[in-house]
Amino acid sequence: MVELIGPHNKTSKEGAPAPVPPQHEDLYAKRRQIYPKLAHGKFRTIKWIVMALTLGAYYIVPWIRWDRGEGIPDQAVLADFAGEKFYFFWIQIWPQEAYYIAGLLILAALLLFLVTSLFGRVWCGYTCPQTVWTDLYIWVERAFEGDRAARMRLDKAPWSFNKVWRKLGKHIVWLIIAFWTGGAFILYWHDAPTVAKGWFTGEAPLSAYWFAGILTMTTYFLAGMMREQVCTYMCPWPRIQGALTDEDALNVTYRYDRGEPRGPKRKDQDWEGRGDCIDCNQCVQVCPMGIDIRDGSQLECIHCALCIDACDEMMVRVGRPKGLIAYDTDNAVAARVEGRKPPKWHPFRIRTFLYAALMAAIGGIMLFGLMTKSTFEVNVLKDRSPPFVRLSSGDYRNGYALKLVNKDTTARTLTLKVSGIEGAKVSVIGMEEDTDGEFELPVDAYGVDRYRLLVTAPAGDARRTLIFETTDPKTGETTRDSVPFQGEK
Amino acid sequence: MTDQNKDIDTHSGTETTGHSWDGIKELNTPLPRWWLIVWYATIVWAIIYMILMPAIPALPGMGTNTRGLLGESDRDNVAVAVQELRQKRADSSAILLGASLEQIETDRELQQFALAMGDSVFGDNCATCHGSGGRGAKGYPALADDVWLWDGTLDGIQYTITHGIRDPENLDTRFSMMPRFGRDGLLEAGQIDDLVEYVVNLSGREADGAAVERAAPIFAQQCATCHGEDGKGMHNLGAPNLTDADWLYGGNREDIYNTIYNARNSHMPAWDGRLDDASIKALAVYVHSLGGGE
Repeated sequence: MVELIGPHNKTSKEGAPAPVPPQHEDLYAKRRQIYPKLAHGKFRTIKWIVMALTLGAYYIVPWIRWDRGEGIPDQAVLADFAGEKFYFFWIQIWPQEAYYIAGLLILAALLLFLVTSLFGRVWCGYTCPQTVWTDLYIWVERAFEGDRAARMRLDKAPWSFNKVWRKLGKHIVWLIIAFWTGGAFILYWHDAPTVAKGWFTGEAPLSAYWFAGILTMTTYFLAGMMREQVCTYMCPWPRIQGALTDEDALNVTYRYDRGEPRGPKRKDQDWEGRGDCIDCNQCVQVCPMGIDIRDGSQLECIHCALCIDACDEMMVRVGRPKGLIAYDTDNAVAARVEGRKPPKWHPFRIRTFLYAALMAAIGGIMLFGLMTKSTFEVNVLKDRSPPFVRLSSGDYRNGYALKLVNKDTTARTLTLKVSGIEGAKVSVIGMEEDTDGEFELPVDAYGVDRYRLLVTAPAGDARRTLIFETTDPKTGETTRDSVPFQGEK
Repeated sequence: MTDQNKDIDTHSGTETTGHSWDGIKELNTPLPRWWLIVWYATIVWAIIYMILMPAIPALPGMGTNTRGLLGESDRDNVAVAVQELRQKRADSSAILLGASLEQIETDRELQQFALAMGDSVFGDNCATCHGSGGRGAKGYPALADDVWLWDGTLDGIQYTITHGIRDPENLDTRFSMMPRFGRDGLLEAGQIDDLVEYVVNLSGREADGAAVERAAPIFAQQCATCHGEDGKGMHNLGAPNLTDADWLYGGNREDIYNTIYNARNSHMPAWDGRLDDASIKALAVYVHSLGGGE
């Protein structure tokens, strides 16, 4: 693994003892248990609020109802695989419109890029499910086993009744949370009340039990056991973000220009000749990733800002200004090191403009598409085998499969008119011959209907074009399709 | 690398691999142990899987692939799935059997079901000769056009599929026999030549006038019984219309000569007993829809 080497490190290491070569001679390293201490402060509060909001949304959203008409699911957010539809409040996406989902993913990726170039890894630090659930699990752990020091003592202590019930209780609560996580997940794929009821009567589909089981186990293991290992070893985002953050991004930064040279300070000592960092290690103790922010920007850091809270608390206690660790830019730190006035943070840069412009463009296209989405679709598929048939009269006949998609929630009758070739005769299998050349084709509510058409035309050019005009006489909506007609010269 | 010349990165204190790219060295950071354990677990899982599931293909001398202790077999699964599908289709098949062919063709839902079913049955059983989509070939009638030798109505098509054409084992099969005029010596070669001109003339093409005149009495005597005095054919005998542009066995002079000399009496097997009644009904509607039938 290549570590990010920033200018901070060189400075922060100055005067520090030479690095100790690692003790292990193994090819594989044992995981070092991390015991994050509870932090208090602004960012801890923000994180509690974000946790409540994200978890709340996750559990509540599948229960929101949204009336769409009879026979159509009334769940506001639903990925209906059996019915091959995706529902999101007023938006309904059919399988052939899956590009909206692709657009949504592109928008999400761009948003992630934009936010990272502005504020660093806020996604990792506050809203990533891995972070949120791990935070929740640590909260449970703390409730059963106490804070950092108590947990470390408990782990070292021999097995006793006290240790057993605390550990057992923690794992049981973890499993319950994990089960609710997996259970809520399946609500997004089925009608929530039905599947929730069916779950306990054994009537839910097998896949529901299966996926709930898988998610229960992944939640339990990833948030309970793996924790920071997921971010460091499994997630690609720490690698990608190295390319997205820059000198102007607001990152959780140890301001070494102010902190160094660091060292413990007794009350009677003067601040003269020393930095503000008193080497109290509070930033390390609260870190859920088990790293030292004073080593500079690093791959493992999820920028959760808990070290800011911990450091601010200490700075207040020793009577120094807050913000030794703060959201800051590399540019500002470099400027202060050189004795210049730190430049203002500028969010409006070429790349942020580019990301925002791209998002606006893609979002605009999607919005336009959604607003102008027609309520029916016509697909005309010409028979390929045989491409044409010569009749006994010498005329030519082509067969077509006509597919009418009605996205409206009421049944309706569309009018089909075929034109473009002089003397062409149209028939629809199973329908009465029509005299004025128009066919009334009924289409089911919210469904797809297929018709088979035969068009007969006198001999002419080998390739001619027919116009299929489909109209809803009630709304006046019309689509026109150009369709080839084949024959022999 | 021996302990003596270990390359330790001064910044991180971690040993490097000793490889350097443009001055950037790769740290030899140890992998996490859980990763190693997961890797071992996958190996164990692979061995268990090989014991439980069919895994090793039939190598020389083995005769068959390994079956696995769980007895999993894709072939059996397919058989079960097909059985389940049949079960599911039973209801719809029952509705097909209860409805008339006309009802099936005009009822939207029944029509869609019958066409889908007919399409698959046709592909499996009929397309070999009649071509996909019933395009036909020389000697094998096109079903997508408007020419019907026997009967192009829904009922007629159902009858043909059920009983076949000239099927020696089906008593109700459609049957007719054109004599082998040349081979059996019923007509002289010259007379056949004249008849060829007569037939060419019937279909509206230019022909030798004298020959046509000579052949007229022969046609009236030998051919008109089945093909009709005007040569327009006869459905109940499967005698083709000779005046149109459609030629099942080819329409040039050589082909027509061949037909008169050797006669053509091709076969279609009866599908009664090979296909169930619902499939035959669906097939009749499907074939009727290909070219609009009669």
